Amino acid sequence: MSGYFKELFGGTKSLFVGLGITFKYMIKPVVTVQYPHETLVMPPRFRGHIELVGDEETGAPKCVVCGMCQKACPTNCITLTGEKPEGGKKKVLTGYILNFTTCSLCGLCVESCKFDAITFSRDYNLAGPRKDAYIFDLKKRLEEKSG
Amino acid sequence: MTLTEPWRVLAFLVGIIAFVALNAAYLVWLERKVAGHIQGRIGPKEVGPFGLLQPLADGIKLMSKQLLVPKGVDPLLFKVAPLLVLVPAVMSFVTIPFGENLVARNIDIGLLMIFAFASVNVMGLLLGGWGSNNKYAVISAARAVSQNVAYEIPMLITVVTMIMLTSTMNLNEMVIQQGGGILNWHFFANPLMPFAFLIFFVCALAETNRAPFDLGEAESELIAGFHTEYSGMGFGVFFMGEYANIIIGCSLAVILFLGGWQSPFEFLSDQGLWGVFWFLAKVYFLIFCVMWIRWTYPRTTLWGLLNLSWKILIPISLLILLLTGAMIKVWPLITGAS
Repeated sequence: MSGYFKELFGGTKSLFVGLGITFKYMIKPVVTVQYPHETLVMPPRFRGHIELVGDEETGAPKCVVCGMCQKACPTNCITLTGEKPEGGKKKVLTGYILNFTTCSLCGLCVESCKFDAITFSRDYNLAGPRKDAYIFDLKKRLEEKSG
Repeated sequence: MTLTEPWRVLAFLVGIIAFVALNAAYLVWLERKVAGHIQGRIGPKEVGPFGLLQPLADGIKLMSKQLLVPKGVDPLLFKVAPLLVLVPAVMSFVTIPFGENLVARNIDIGLLMIFAFASVNVMGLLLGGWGSNNKYAVISAARAVSQNVAYEIPMLITVVTMIMLTSTMNLNEMVIQQGGGILNWHFFANPLMPFAFLIFFVCALAETNRAPFDLGEAESELIAGFHTEYSGMGFGVFFMGEYANIIIGCSLAVILFLGGWQSPFEFLSDQGLWGVFWFLAKVYFLIFCVMWIRWTYPRTTLWGLLNLSWKILIPISLLILLLTGAMIKVWPLITGAS
């Protein structure tokens, strides 16, 4: 008989404790990010696809077209072309294509670059309708970014 | 303002149906909001400001769906069942006093009438489940009946206690007795009343098939229980009936225990529209509690459900009935003698 009342009071009390917990959660602010309307900025160490780094003054790519990233890439997803302008000493980048469909984000290209000319972007909204959407023209991207 | 008889009936008819429909729509919205915030989400927010147009969108969607009548169902029972859930709930509003003078029919056996109609509700569930020709629906219907039979007893015993206390079955009369501040509410009439209220509230939850007693539509076991085979507005009517029943249950709890349309403090008016305000405020508070409970507790087992009723609620409600009777009869004798 005492077990009956013990269970009754213990049970009733635990029910009210439960209600208290859910009430606390109900008045807590909601932390959900409403994704399509608002997006989070990724932290600095986020590994997105690679992008070119521009020169701070001129905005032109820092890349010297040495081709080390192209060689380091295990899946051959980087294609870059360059030419020597007439009268110039250094090679200038004319095209940098990243085939993101085969990229595994290993980061060997970034490591192999001695000029800090490529880095990981913080872009993660990468949905696209076609395969072509993932052939990135990184030079164009840099030009658009620097305006 | 006094209306002549046919106009008065029409006004109340339209008003009650509009009240039920509007509440069914917006209580769903409120329920989803409460559920969302309890679970750390936001709930509906896309359709209109704060998702306020969501019920409208849901309604249009439900109405545009085909009303599918599967092969092998009992066509008459299948079609009548949703109405049998909704109509009694709407009928019960006839005697609910929303304010001092705002009651469609102030009849002397209002309480009895509401319980008479409330028991038709379970018939709707039973017929819906039986007529669906679906094993899940039949199991659910059987569960709903055993549940309703078990919980009708403690609920009615509690109601009998209240009738002894008030010596009337007229709901408006009951509310008038509770005038003059919060301490005159039946909730504080004697030390047993809070327990009686608790029992009444638990039984109301079970009677309306709300979580944690929603065994009738246990999704994890029975798909959707008695409304498995219903589509479109057939399901919508069941849903409206469920919410109408919740409003009835909470209104009764407010009228019996929490002073109906009386204001909690004497310096606050309860005349005219203020009475309606106090009544609705209390009812919506209880409805919020119902939702709060739904999103706090997991569903009980049938075993636990029946045990709770037969082993705990019925003995305790009988004890409360006995002690209240003793207090009413014996207490005046003692105080009168001394």
